[in-house]
Amino acid sequence: MKFLLVEDNHDLANAVCARLQMDGHVVDHADKIADASAFVDTGDYDLILLDIMLPDGDGRAFLKQHRAGKNDTPVIVLTARSQVSDRISMLDLGADDYMTKPFDHEELQARCRAVLRRNAGHAQPSVQLGDVMLDPVAGQLKVGTKVVTLRNRELRLLELLINAPGQIFSKAKLADRLFSYDEDVSENAIEVYIGRLRRHLEPSSLQITTLRGLGYRLDHA
Amino acid sequence: MREAANVSGSLRARLALTLIGGAAGLAVLLFLVVRSYAAQIAQQGQDRILEASVTSILDAAVLRDGLVEVDFPYAAFSILSTDQDDRVFYAIHQDGTLLSGYDTLPQAEQTIGADVVHVSGDMRGSDVRIASASRTLVGADARTLVTVAVAQTQEALQVTLNRISLNVAYFGAGFFVLSVLVASWATSTTIRPLERLTNSITRRGPKDLTPVAQPVPLEMGPLVSSLNNFMARLSASLSQSEDFIAEAAHRVRTPLATVRSHAETTLQRVEREENRQALRSMVRAIDESSRAAGQLLDHAMITFRADHLERESLDLVALVQDLVIRLTPIAEMKDIALTVESDPEVMVAADSILLQNALRNLVDNALKYSPVESEIIIEVKSAPQPHVQVMDEGPGFPPDQIDRLATRFLRGDNATGTIGSGLGLTIAQDVAEAHGGDLQLDNRSEGGACVTFTV
Repeated sequence: MKFLLVEDNHDLANAVCARLQMDGHVVDHADKIADASAFVDTGDYDLILLDIMLPDGDGRAFLKQHRAGKNDTPVIVLTARSQVSDRISMLDLGADDYMTKPFDHEELQARCRAVLRRNAGHAQPSVQLGDVMLDPVAGQLKVGTKVVTLRNRELRLLELLINAPGQIFSKAKLADRLFSYDEDVSENAIEVYIGRLRRHLEPSSLQITTLRGLGYRLDHA
Repeated sequence: MREAANVSGSLRARLALTLIGGAAGLAVLLFLVVRSYAAQIAQQGQDRILEASVTSILDAAVLRDGLVEVDFPYAAFSILSTDQDDRVFYAIHQDGTLLSGYDTLPQAEQTIGADVVHVSGDMRGSDVRIASASRTLVGADARTLVTVAVAQTQEALQVTLNRISLNVAYFGAGFFVLSVLVASWATSTTIRPLERLTNSITRRGPKDLTPVAQPVPLEMGPLVSSLNNFMARLSASLSQSEDFIAEAAHRVRTPLATVRSHAETTLQRVEREENRQALRSMVRAIDESSRAAGQLLDHAMITFRADHLERESLDLVALVQDLVIRLTPIAEMKDIALTVESDPEVMVAADSILLQNALRNLVDNALKYSPVESEIIIEVKSAPQPHVQVMDEGPGFPPDQIDRLATRFLRGDNATGTIGSGLGLTIAQDVAEAHGGDLQLDNRSEGGACVTFTV
């Protein structure tokens, strides 16, 4: 997906960009409203992540102007203010969702998917590998003619694997991506999801290989 | 927050008392003045008749052969007749010796050639009014001084005076009653602008610090303008502290977000387990601090708003559905289904911001404690009372702590390993109580917690 991040704090912007790029997304960064407007005019973004306190004005002003210009690119507001009244005013102004800093990237991804799903009609980015097609927004897996609706964790796991075929993922790494940090889960829980994915992927040219002591890898025959 | 004023005295009572007291004083004064004037007039009337009587007797007195002869004119006494049969006394002296009449009649000091003299006195136990006059009679070879005194009791006069007094008393009482009516009308007209001002300030919302614009009487001008100044200062200081909090939150949360993002990214890159553990606990600590800060601010906001609820008519079902849309992405991460079971519409009069905050905390809690791939049922019903019930399939509340869990900062014993400040249930309970409802914690028979939020 292609993101526009509007954030004046460069440290945070770099961190968020790095994290999003790690998942294979394309991110443009604007550090003020003027730049953001220029980016929006020239680029076609799937999602805009918008900070509220910006050096050349309030992010709300950008939001208003963005919506007035009949631009329907979804906007998720990232703000340091957590008050409910702020959240409501943000949604009233046309933001599609709202997250308070510091935020969980898995949750951000989940919210992006939810927002994109609600804005149906927008081009849905999907991943094709061999005879398998994954629509991460709808959470649908197409194997030949079989269509499976994946559970969220199955989807996130498959998304990780399918974006980097041939790469080895350790159980610990996968667990950190799949489970929240306050959940007390054993790495063996991953095996359950791997098992389910294997069932869903049958029969296809893709298969998940277990490498004893190392982890898992998605192989494309 | 609601402080009773230090009340001393009442303007209305003071004004009413002053006006009514003044009216009473005036009524008494009026009574006394009119009565004494009436007495004076009546006395003058009697005096004039007595004078006529004395004069006519004196006119009838002649000196003949050295003797004084008085041929009483009939009119001298007939003009003195009254309805009350007042008694009449007379005395005629010649050079100080009684010629005829009552010698007990008090004598007035006589000045020769002067006019008739009037005095009041006592005759046989009755008050009398006495008129007397002297005249020097000149005969062929002698001169003698004749003094005539006529007295009359004052019963008729007293009757007249009593009648006048009674009428004046009625008049005074009427005046008083009318004054009381006028006083109470005047009092309430004077107080009304003050009451209007009080009302308009009482009806204001918690954040309305705009100046009072309605016209007020001249005397209230200084009060209202200092009130306006005060509110302007308060508003400035409030927005300053709001700006400060926003700025402080921004300054703290932005670097925290940076740290969290870096920690997450780094976690994907490092292999050694102890490093991974350190990064995980870093992320947990950040989440805990930001959540606690958020809930503390929310709690402060709720305490502030609870005193001045901004009630509006809203549909609890729509509010819950909106909340479910917002929380679905988080629920999906654990493959938890959020199911709403509701009446078509549940209308309540409530503060929507407080309600959203409270319900969000309840569903957040349920999400935190629910196992993977479970269901959270949110029931919104209007009977028996409008309520929202959140049921999860988690471990439920520890039975021995269920009564104390809504206490500030207290978390269940089985909450270890879960991020939270312990304020969520407190916030929900405070909001419920501010709306006159309550928060009930139960465990479901089939396992899991059941929280009922009644509005």
